[in-house]
Amino acid sequence: MKLKRGIPLIDQHDQYGFWGGKFGGSFIPETLKKPVEDLTNEFKKLRKDKKFLKKRDYYFKNYIGTPTSFVKLDNLTNHLGGAQIWAKVVSEANGGAHKIYNATVHALICKAMGKKYIVGDTGAGYAGKMLSMAAKKFGLKCKIFMGAKDIKRQKPNCDAMRKNGAEIVPVYSGSQTLVDAVSECMRYWVSNCDNTHMCVGSTVGPNIFVKICGWSTAQISRELKVQLKSEFKKIPNKIKLINCVGGGSSAYGFWSEFIDYDKKQIELIGVEAGGPKKSKLHAAPLSRNAKIGILHGAASYLCQNNEGQINDTESISAGLDYPGVSPIHCFLKDTKRARYTYATDEDALNAHVMVTKYENLNPSLEPSHAFAEAIKIAPKLSKDTIIIVNSCGDAKKDRDILKERLGKR
Amino acid sequence: MASLLNQAFQNAKSENRPALLTYTVAGDNTKKKSLEILKSISNYADICELGFPHNTPIADGGQIQTSAYRAIKNGIKINDVFSIAKDFKKSKRTKPIILMGYYNMIFQYNENKFLDKCKNVKVDGLIVVDLPYPENKKFAAKCKKRGVNFIQLVSPTTSPVRLKKIIKDSHDMVYYISMLSTTGGKLKVSPKKILERYSRIKNQNKSKNIVIGFGITEKTIKSLKKADGLVVGSAICKEISSSIKKRQNPVTNVTNIVKRLKNKIK
Repeated sequence: MKLKRGIPLIDQHDQYGFWGGKFGGSFIPETLKKPVEDLTNEFKKLRKDKKFLKKRDYYFKNYIGTPTSFVKLDNLTNHLGGAQIWAKVVSEANGGAHKIYNATVHALICKAMGKKYIVGDTGAGYAGKMLSMAAKKFGLKCKIFMGAKDIKRQKPNCDAMRKNGAEIVPVYSGSQTLVDAVSECMRYWVSNCDNTHMCVGSTVGPNIFVKICGWSTAQISRELKVQLKSEFKKIPNKIKLINCVGGGSSAYGFWSEFIDYDKKQIELIGVEAGGPKKSKLHAAPLSRNAKIGILHGAASYLCQNNEGQINDTESISAGLDYPGVSPIHCFLKDTKRARYTYATDEDALNAHVMVTKYENLNPSLEPSHAFAEAIKIAPKLSKDTIIIVNSCGDAKKDRDILKERLGKR
Repeated sequence: MASLLNQAFQNAKSENRPALLTYTVAGDNTKKKSLEILKSISNYADICELGFPHNTPIADGGQIQTSAYRAIKNGIKINDVFSIAKDFKKSKRTKPIILMGYYNMIFQYNENKFLDKCKNVKVDGLIVVDLPYPENKKFAAKCKKRGVNFIQLVSPTTSPVRLKKIIKDSHDMVYYISMLSTTGGKLKVSPKKILERYSRIKNQNKSKNIVIGFGITEKTIKSLKKADGLVVGSAICKEISSSIKKRQNPVTNVTNIVKRLKNKIK
């Protein structure tokens, strides 16, 4: 298994959609073959269409508000000693998280395909909120599938979705979290694929959805590359790009421009959700050595039992609370280009407390997992090492959980 | 020699009616009960489909999900499904049985081991919901080698070119999904339209047995009786749920439904 240079990772799959011969694919019911094929052809066309690219860039700039800033966290760096800690503040994007890139692109594709309805899944509620925003912006009717447990714990985002005119469909089956929301959303699409476009909220699902999402979030690393060059005059010699990984869309977007670099120069570190310290449950298939399995139309490392039933997961961050992971990250793991680890709920909470204490930054619980790793390794590293954390979400949505876990703040 | 599946279709044809196919989830609501249900309904059904319960069934609606969750909760394992099928085949040697499931369970069990087991148990056919054509070609060949029919699915969204290829590579039976829906949806396409599409598939190769499934209930079954076979699943799973709720014997109630279904297509 080998990575190719000079070709975007999203395109390094075989004719059946597998990365490294075994991750990804399109394990879908017959009914979805045609809509998936149509979408694949449309995307192939649009990504080469200058007018479409111009439109994308226009909305990225004027609607999403790119580029998001790249800042040094001086206080945190001084406090920890060791490596310099920087943040790419993707949470500045319209709506407060990276999910807006994928949502905007899907809305544009939906328009281009002449469909009037768009549906999507959501865990933390950001994918849903952003899709509802994009739908409103582009005049599409929007339905969001969300686990009943997540609806309770991410209320601020639900309020936003409703305000944007989207219908939230609560999902009561299974663990009532993201995994069930994605299943139910796919079921809805099976039944309505003739007039409805589906947006998968991360770099997961059948091959084409991994590609579209990765293509959209790649904007993050394009910006970062420019920002690095202007800040340091060239790409520095020792960089560590740390990102949380649930489905893996922000991590892919943060890394895509840097995958071709030698890992001695740019190390890629993915941080999964280790769950509560005292619980056996987690959402960390990559770092806790889960076996390969098939979920939601793709093969990936997967939290499952030996019968192929999907395991319950547990994490304080709804956005990372997913048993599978992007096939692209499985590929990066097996080719050893990226390193994957996990942070527990407690680690993430502590990191959130520390970052908010020292910096004018309010990372949500998802990127707090990435900060936990940065905080852990920074003191051991030299001062010329540049750690960059993708602060990909804002903690406004987490206010209830933070209040409960940390008391009044 | 013709396969048991082919024989079942021929037998129905000689009686001038479509074959009746039932679908139940293995282990719903217990291992013992589901075997009893299977044996009892097979007195009226021509072919029995038995589902592997999966906890993330992306193509199934509420009724079959409920059955699957119930079976898993009662501890049903892949080997239990095989043992139900084996016991069934012991007493109903000539009744064809089709196993149906999602690919991850087969993948975790190991493809070859799974198919060897199918052969040993004398499973007649296999439907894998999320392993579409042409990705399933290798797998289908492996089935054929072991004398197991791999059943291809086609749907209203299947393009004519694709349809031709699928039929060409299919074995004795092809499953036509009546409409854009998960299992158990309300029939939202007119029977006339469904039969029109059905004829287009049938005309590709008259020797293939084409069955129609999704949305078939006591109410709708008669209108589709021109087909080679008709599959009823969710309506049966629903009856199991309601029998449990009413503390009645699901075996009797489900058998009565299947009996009535059979009478409607005679």
